Amino acid sequence: MKICCLVKEVPDAAVQKRINPETKRLDRSGEKNLNPFDTHAIEAAMQLKEGGDVEVDEIVAVTMGPDSAVRALHKAVALGADRSLHLTDGALEGSDVAATGYALAKLLESESPDLVLLGQQSDDGECYTIGAVVADHLKMPSLTQVIKMDAAGGKLTLERQAEYGYDTVEVELPAVISVGDAINEPRYPSLKAIMGAKKKPLDTKSTADVGIEADRVGEGGSRTAVLEINPPPAKESGEIIEDEDTNETVEKIVAWLDERKLI
Amino acid sequence: MASAPSSVIKPDHAASRKHMIFTDEHEALRESMQAWVLKEVTPNRHDWEENYWPDSILKRAGDLGFLGLCFPEEYGGQGGDYYYSLVRAECLSYSGCGGLNMGFAVHTDMATPPIHLLGSEELKQRYLPASIAGDKISCLGITEPGAGSDVAGIRTTAIRDGDEYVINGSKTFITNAPRADYIVLVTKTDPEKGHDGITLFVVDLKDDDGNPVPGFSVSAELEKMGMHASDTGEIAFEDVRVPVENMLGEEGKGFYHISWELQGERLVAAAGCVSGAERMFERTLEYALEREAFGRPIGRFQAIRHKFAEMSTQIEAAKQFTYATARRFANGEYPVREISQAKLFTSRMICDVADECIQIHGGYGYMKEYEIERAYRDARLNRIGAGTDEIMLEVIGRSYGL
Repeated sequence: MKICCLVKEVPDAAVQKRINPETKRLDRSGEKNLNPFDTHAIEAAMQLKEGGDVEVDEIVAVTMGPDSAVRALHKAVALGADRSLHLTDGALEGSDVAATGYALAKLLESESPDLVLLGQQSDDGECYTIGAVVADHLKMPSLTQVIKMDAAGGKLTLERQAEYGYDTVEVELPAVISVGDAINEPRYPSLKAIMGAKKKPLDTKSTADVGIEADRVGEGGSRTAVLEINPPPAKESGEIIEDEDTNETVEKIVAWLDERKLI
Repeated sequence: MASAPSSVIKPDHAASRKHMIFTDEHEALRESMQAWVLKEVTPNRHDWEENYWPDSILKRAGDLGFLGLCFPEEYGGQGGDYYYSLVRAECLSYSGCGGLNMGFAVHTDMATPPIHLLGSEELKQRYLPASIAGDKISCLGITEPGAGSDVAGIRTTAIRDGDEYVINGSKTFITNAPRADYIVLVTKTDPEKGHDGITLFVVDLKDDDGNPVPGFSVSAELEKMGMHASDTGEIAFEDVRVPVENMLGEEGKGFYHISWELQGERLVAAAGCVSGAERMFERTLEYALEREAFGRPIGRFQAIRHKFAEMSTQIEAAKQFTYATARRFANGEYPVREISQAKLFTSRMICDVADECIQIHGGYGYMKEYEIERAYRDARLNRIGAGTDEIMLEVIGRSYGL
């Protein structure tokens, strides 16, 4: 079985995120790191490999991004991936979610994975959708918000975090699965793993290498356009209930919650 | 930055501050180890302050490869360069537990390096892999009740008897001693001589069943001002026998061997002071931005703002000096004068920073809950341990032929 893990380079969590008003895109200068949610996807792949219920031949870290994204791939390999694949091309710059999903799907087609794993969201764009888009192009089932995964007999049994409680579902492979951060605790890479990461194979692909149609990617190929960017409205100041008579206070709180159908 | 006209350059105080001595790999290891410290060490700090850090956390660090960062792979190490010692010390500063950082440093940076540098192949094989895995805990015995700074004045003797040496004497203020499996021990093989009578040995303190070897005892577990998470012992040797093969380096050359060991120890101590001060600074900055008095956060008063400016300048100077000296040491130089200066400067600096941080916290700084008083007590040791301020001044002053 071959597992491909989609990973993304994002601004480091410590960096204050800013929108560049000219390009209307996220300013991605400054420190970058591997999307923390993707580390859970790699760990999930490692646990399948080490669990022994299925035979995992290799785990491939896959990304699309500028040259600097190589560092995110190195980190993915330090966390356990066997090799990595980097789709990089100026033509991809400015791709929206749909265009990115298409490009990643074309890249994944070249690998024919049995399972595609990814973090449920990126720490920068936070769209939560790329898994579904990729699955659609690959014509594979898409499962999201997965927080538990067991393998047996060519099938995976998964628990999904749903709005009310959990769904337990079974899926036949191949499939695209996005995982939540509750699924596992990513391991702490050792120095040997970190130093060894640069020595593992890394293939770089252009759009032409994997048959990506130029007019379906990049800013021009994206079907959404950002027209305007505004800060979110300021939060209204809350209502303070002074506790003079506790019974009365409780009534007020209950009434307030009831009004909003919260209880 | 991107939106500013190109003629306007604004400072970006959030930009990466990675120092030139560190590579991407150092930073990746830092991220890994720091995440581990924050997740598995820091939450236990209060408990360990009362009950010492447990052996299990050393074993866990060993499993993760964090104890052998700078040791070759053939002994179970990770094969990294000297700078990983600094990274390790800096990461452990996030534990909020000075005693644990010290206990680990004794093991990884003080007791085991002499075995690696001076030990026979057999000694290396016997002690290093088990120590790097966290299965054996080590300590280093220099100071005695009657001799600390005056290493040449030690009285613990190792007298040859056939294929063995017989050890008698006592050592005090020994970090990790109550639990240690073995000690790197400074002895006199020729009591008539000063410096030239000193010899190092690796001495097992426990037998295979974990009981003290015949003649060895921990005479006292010492109570300290700070570093409460660390166990400290006064220990006694009464006719403890060690085989000749357990000698480290050459007979009579122990003073020079231990002087070499102290250089690495002092540099790591300097790095520990810098990162310890940084943690106190961060904690206090957070407090100064939250705590309001006279209608605004106290950090926005000039009197307090200037305290932070002074502290950060001292910390930064100490850091740059430590890293510059570490670079020379890592490149094979032996810059004893600068290492002594770095040790002196950073030890004083962390004590000054600790004092100011308490002051900024005011009454809360004096309370245990805010943890800054613990950092203050822990920090004070730095001006004494690994060579006092006064010894550092002597080393520096004498280096000019005075």
